[in-house]
Amino acid sequence: MDTLINPAPVVYERKETKRHKGRSTTDETQRDAIDALEIFEHVRDITDPEHPYSLEQLNVVSEDLINVDDAKGNIMVQFTPTVQHCSMATLIGLCIRVKLMRVLPTRFKVDIMITPGGHSTEDQVNKQLNDKERVAAALENPSLVQMVNNSLQTVK
Amino acid sequence: QVELNEKQVLLGHTDRVWSVAWSPAGDLLATCAGDKTVRIWVEASQGGEWRCVAVLEDSHSRTVRSCAWAPGGRQLATASFDATTAIWQREGQEWEQAAVLEGHENEVKSVAWSPSGMLVATCSRDKSVWLWESLPGNEFECVDVKQGHSQDVKMVAWHPDGDVLASASYDDTIKLWIESDDEWICAQTLIGHESTVWAIAFNAGGSHMVSCSADTTLRVWNCQSNAAGDPSWKLATTITGYHTRPVYSVDWSPEGVIVTGSGTAMTSTLKVVVGSFDLQAAKTRAER
Repeated sequence: MDTLINPAPVVYERKETKRHKGRSTTDETQRDAIDALEIFEHVRDITDPEHPYSLEQLNVVSEDLINVDDAKGNIMVQFTPTVQHCSMATLIGLCIRVKLMRVLPTRFKVDIMITPGGHSTEDQVNKQLNDKERVAAALENPSLVQMVNNSLQTVK
Repeated sequence: QVELNEKQVLLGHTDRVWSVAWSPAGDLLATCAGDKTVRIWVEASQGGEWRCVAVLEDSHSRTVRSCAWAPGGRQLATASFDATTAIWQREGQEWEQAAVLEGHENEVKSVAWSPSGMLVATCSRDKSVWLWESLPGNEFECVDVKQGHSQDVKMVAWHPDGDVLASASYDDTIKLWIESDDEWICAQTLIGHESTVWAIAFNAGGSHMVSCSADTTLRVWNCQSNAAGDPSWKLATTITGYHTRPVYSVDWSPEGVIVTGSGTAMTSTLKVVVGSFDLQAAKTRAER
């Protein structure tokens, strides 16, 4: 990339995470409910499309901006692009959507939204990221899928 | 009281099924999918199982988004993300590709055959609506390209009289197009939905139209004459509170029952409303 949109992003440490509450292990037939931490674990190591850092290191995603209602099958992931006019926001959102699509059962409905106030064209980006037809069409574009796959390779 | 009961699950497509369409006589069902194919299904015997009798493939290179039967039931039009619309013709049990409509810049999202069969309308992510005239020998000629929507056009549908074409868009509006002096013009833009309008359907008599949206509501519009005596569509009712996620499809049965399909959590839901638009039946089913 010739010019970086954000030439000097602030980089944070990868945090140690632990479960706030113990998981039930008494009944082996019961599956554990999916929670925000589990979703965070899936998306924290996605590489930023512009920098060699993870979305967690750039503070684009965090556990407290993820909401999960396992019983209803609803997941809401909010993410915060590093700069207000970040044109990479749609691509970052698509990476998060594809990652969750690949790991979660289809019963989950996932909403991906920019953290309110985090982007100059957030309504537009949100609408695009949550339009299943636009997403399906985007994922038939080989060069876009290549970019997404690059970001989904785990940060070394 | 309306009831919805699962009769059969049709297995065959290997990716998301985007659209289904009954043939005019109701004896065939066409389905199209992300696997780039179209399948034709027929009831093996009266009241028996539906089975796949034809797979229409090797025409589209991307998702087939929608399909529409010609009024006579001998032709089927299929719209694809590959920017083309294919016309298929039936000879007995054989299906052959008879024509390809090319012109849209990118994904074609919907195709609709006019009630007379003389015109085919298509719409696309390129924000345009195209009108094609069906000529003898499976020739199709583009007769008009309508710009007007500011975003993707999600669906086109003909009024049962064939004189009005409705288009629904990602720009949250519905446009009504009529023919005037050899040209199609936008007669009216219906504003009200607060997000993408995914689908539209007219009732059998053509007095009403229903639309469904990502704003989770349905809106019913009816046609009246304005001061100048011209037909004018106005919002009659907003149906809200039944769906919690986008409503992707809507249709109107000959008896006046509205059926919707939506992306409700965990399930696909069908809801039915009649008359005063009360909920008659809701069906949810976990995805496979």
